[in-house]
Amino acid sequence: MAQNQSEIRYLTPPSVEIKKKKYCRFKKNKIKFIDYKDPEFLKKFLNEQGKILPRRITGTSLKYQRKVATAVKRARHIALLPYVTDMMK
Amino acid sequence: MLNHYETVFIVTPVLSEAQVKEAVEKFKALVIENGGEMVNEENWGLRKLAYPIQKKSTGFYQLLQFDAPGDVIEKLELNYRRDERVIRFLTFKLDKHAFEYSIKRKGKLKSNKEEK
Repeated sequence: MAQNQSEIRYLTPPSVEIKKKKYCRFKKNKIKFIDYKDPEFLKKFLNEQGKILPRRITGTSLKYQRKVATAVKRARHIALLPYVTDMMK
Repeated sequence: MLNHYETVFIVTPVLSEAQVKEAVEKFKALVIENGGEMVNEENWGLRKLAYPIQKKSTGFYQLLQFDAPGDVIEKLELNYRRDERVIRFLTFKLDKHAFEYSIKRKGKLKSNKEEK
């Protein structure tokens, strides 16, 4: 009975991605300086391995992406953020 | 011309509390001697490092915020390198956005200090 309901079997479920308009969070809430001293905020821009997320994922503008990158590298230098890790979040 | 600077350094956890304070005093005195003046200092205490430095996984973090003429920084960093108690340091020149942020942050710290 269940057989003919789901006749066609998809290999991967068709996930229809609702197109969310990405925005630069720094421009929106007018953050001018990204502090390299608070790792919690910077963690939003890192993936599980501790690598910096690209702009196409986070949607930040080029100017602030560079600031985030330098801030993350400074935080890594003073051991607030790891260079590489396996399960960061 | 006084610029605004901010330096974070990590002292090895092997030292006792008094030795850590003495090291911090040494660097503060060095800045003040050379015509700088302290604006703010924070002691984050013993914190776990994200990766081991010199085979140690914890360290005493200390933040010093000061205004100083440009040539003090070279002396300061020379002393950092010479002093073996300091395992890592980072000095940072505050531009106008960073400076505003630091004032706001100092206000916030003072407010929750009063709350405590």
